[in-house]
Amino acid sequence: MPAPLMQLDGLTKSYPGVRANDDISFNIGEGQIHALLGENGAGKSTLVKMIYGLVRPDSGRMTLHGEPFAPSQPTEARLNGIAMVFQHFSLFDALDVAENVALGMENPPPLRDLARRIRTVSEAYGLPLDPSRLVGELSAGERQRVEIVRCLLQDPRLLIMDEPTSVLTPQEVEILFRTLRKLASEGTAILYISHKLEEIRTLCDEATILRGGRKVATCDPREKSARELAELMVGQILTPPERPARAMGDVVLEVENLSLKSSNPFGTSLKDISFQLRAGEVLGIAGVAGNGQDELLLMLSGELRAPRDQVRLRGKPVGHLGPNGRRGLGVVAAPEERLGHAAAPDMTLTENALLSAARRKRLERGGFIDWGKAEAFARDIITRFDVRTPGPHVLARALSGGNLQKFVIGREIELDPDVIIVNQPTWGVDASAAATIRQALLDLAGKGAAVLVISQDLDELLEVADSFAALNEGRLSRVRPAKGLSVEEIGLMMGGSGDMHVAHEAAE
Amino acid sequence: MIRLERRKEPSKIWRIANPFLAVVLTMIAGGIMFAALGKDPVAAIRLIFFDPLFSEQFGSYSRPQLLIKTAPLILIAVGLAIGFKANIWNIGAEGQYIMGALFGAGVALAFYPIEGWYIFPLMILAGALGGFMWAMIPAILKTRFNTNEILVSLLLVYVAERILAAMALGLMRNPDQPGFPGSRDLRRYDSAHNAELIANTGLHWGVVAALIAVIFAYVMMTRHMLGFHVQLAGQAPRAARFGGVSPARLVIICLGLAGALAGLAGMFEVSGPGGQVRIEFATGYGFTAIIVAFLGRLNPIGIVLAGFLLGLTYIGGELSQMMLQLPGASIQVFQGMLLFFLLALDFQTNYRIRLTQGARA
Repeated sequence: MPAPLMQLDGLTKSYPGVRANDDISFNIGEGQIHALLGENGAGKSTLVKMIYGLVRPDSGRMTLHGEPFAPSQPTEARLNGIAMVFQHFSLFDALDVAENVALGMENPPPLRDLARRIRTVSEAYGLPLDPSRLVGELSAGERQRVEIVRCLLQDPRLLIMDEPTSVLTPQEVEILFRTLRKLASEGTAILYISHKLEEIRTLCDEATILRGGRKVATCDPREKSARELAELMVGQILTPPERPARAMGDVVLEVENLSLKSSNPFGTSLKDISFQLRAGEVLGIAGVAGNGQDELLLMLSGELRAPRDQVRLRGKPVGHLGPNGRRGLGVVAAPEERLGHAAAPDMTLTENALLSAARRKRLERGGFIDWGKAEAFARDIITRFDVRTPGPHVLARALSGGNLQKFVIGREIELDPDVIIVNQPTWGVDASAAATIRQALLDLAGKGAAVLVISQDLDELLEVADSFAALNEGRLSRVRPAKGLSVEEIGLMMGGSGDMHVAHEAAE
Repeated sequence: MIRLERRKEPSKIWRIANPFLAVVLTMIAGGIMFAALGKDPVAAIRLIFFDPLFSEQFGSYSRPQLLIKTAPLILIAVGLAIGFKANIWNIGAEGQYIMGALFGAGVALAFYPIEGWYIFPLMILAGALGGFMWAMIPAILKTRFNTNEILVSLLLVYVAERILAAMALGLMRNPDQPGFPGSRDLRRYDSAHNAELIANTGLHWGVVAALIAVIFAYVMMTRHMLGFHVQLAGQAPRAARFGGVSPARLVIICLGLAGALAGLAGMFEVSGPGGQVRIEFATGYGFTAIIVAFLGRLNPIGIVLAGFLLGLTYIGGELSQMMLQLPGASIQVFQGMLLFFLLALDFQTNYRIRLTQGARA
């Protein structure tokens, strides 16, 4: 057992109405990779914010190297050797890597020295990074490297990582794990927040599991099965999603040779996309973030208009229709960004229910809103999809990520669509909420809807998809049946050489 | 040490309390300003806020003035507030007000001296159209070429003022009195006169229009999809696009609506209290209405209250010029302070100010 670097003793923090952390105690050893595991709302973020000086505990103590430690702001935590990589990056697209790193440092050295140090550190830890590249041009994995390198430059004693692998390809995850193991072997402790259980079992030495603000257990994750960990985390028995048996129907949605320029200067334009989607089919589209996923969703939802004839619904051209036109025909979408795109943060759940359902659910008549009906609809979504919230009057931004996602996906499913397109349906969502969402999508397909799931989580795609394709730099690979695909083949498809690989096989 | 903490939800109490607090702070700061000018601050504040309504000496004159000054403020502010909610910043209501007046007066002068019931309704339509068309310039430039509507609408105010002067001295000048600038007095042309509906109350058609506009705006913002889309576009533009809102359409609607209402205000003014097209016809209602909109929290009901308060400062300002020889600009300073304090106080609705002990070593 290594000497404890940090001891948490009886940490408690209450917000009006909730006790976010209740008497939490555990130790983090030097050089230890310690997992913090829990569902959304279990209190992981609050706990980490206390360590990082963003929030002050109501009671309880922390010690660092045996000394009392009570940071009043992140600067103080950083000066004491604590660094954090957030789930959502705080980087500026229009600045280069070195400039972004400098912005996050207490006392940045001159840019030229900094660039040299970035190169040294990134090479030493196997995180190749060119300091002079614009962040806007980097993939999500590379952006994360910027954040990690920024932390490493400060020689942290404790590195906190919040859901780091949700944006990475399997290969990138491998690289990240190697880096983290190297760091740990040099004595840096890592607090690793995740709910991907297999990851935790391969990477971590110890795991602390939180549920409802309390510590449930501290254990060695390698001695538990993923199932046992999940059940500790959720507090109930989990059942894997069921795939209702179903027959594929006719082609519902068809996209043909579509090229479309991105509306965002740092976006990825779609290039020559073709695919067909049948009733009852779940098509999974993989790809590393930033390879055209957003644009594909916008094009299918109608937010980006396409040439009229290149997007067809049951043979009828719909490319020129906007979001409401397509909803009217039964095509609905749930974008990746929940707050700000799929939902308006400062509006209530009732208002957000109205956002996409106004016409299809007849929540308005002649433009006049039936608020009673809208509220009843919001309440329906909340009950049916088990959204944990006091009621439909709550602002969207007050919901945890998983709960809001259940609400957003639930809203679209309740529209009774013929085609549903979802992007990253379970990003940052806890295990039980993710299972609910995947099951709901499968049930919808079972009822004969065509489902298109864009995701960077391969396990998720393999769990739900019947057929499989990958996006690479705005190009879509050929669609292949998901059954029997190996992770290696998928990796090649994601790298843009999937078809070549097939051609190669055929030549043999 | 002072620390700012973002609130989880904007504070409802401060949202309502801030306008009142801003008025109190403005009275205090204004009092200091008057004292610095060598006037009795208590008397000045009294003259501005209380005497117009309650003084025996001026009350009978100034009470009807209150509705006359307030109606255009409310009419304009209601339209502006809808745009502001959608993050569409029409700063040029003054110009739209002038163009509405010119269009309305133009119709009247064209018919002169024919009498007919249809003339006044036609003037109303023309007034709304004048303001609408003037607002379409920034709207179309924004949707076509992505220009900034703040700059374009503001600069068009000065263009409108030049057109007003040209009309008063040229095309619309009263041919019977060629020596004087200014048009015929519409108050002496029965078919075009926006007369008081009840004598000595100040209640003219513009007041009725303001009332209708308030009700219309209230219903639209709380019950209609258009109001929902306006708020959505202002708060979360990407969510609005997801919801099927076309940003260009919204720009046209919001600027057009505000322009038409400002044009109406101008038309009711020129055909009633103002009486004629004169160089000095525009007295800043279009700008003061911006303060009214913010002080009323962009809410139609709040705008009614704020409209009366700012209307009062107009009358009180005139009184204080007369009685205390205060400079005319001091009332504009006063109105400016009101907006300044309000915006400063509004910081508290989203942030909490925390006093913390100095950082420990």
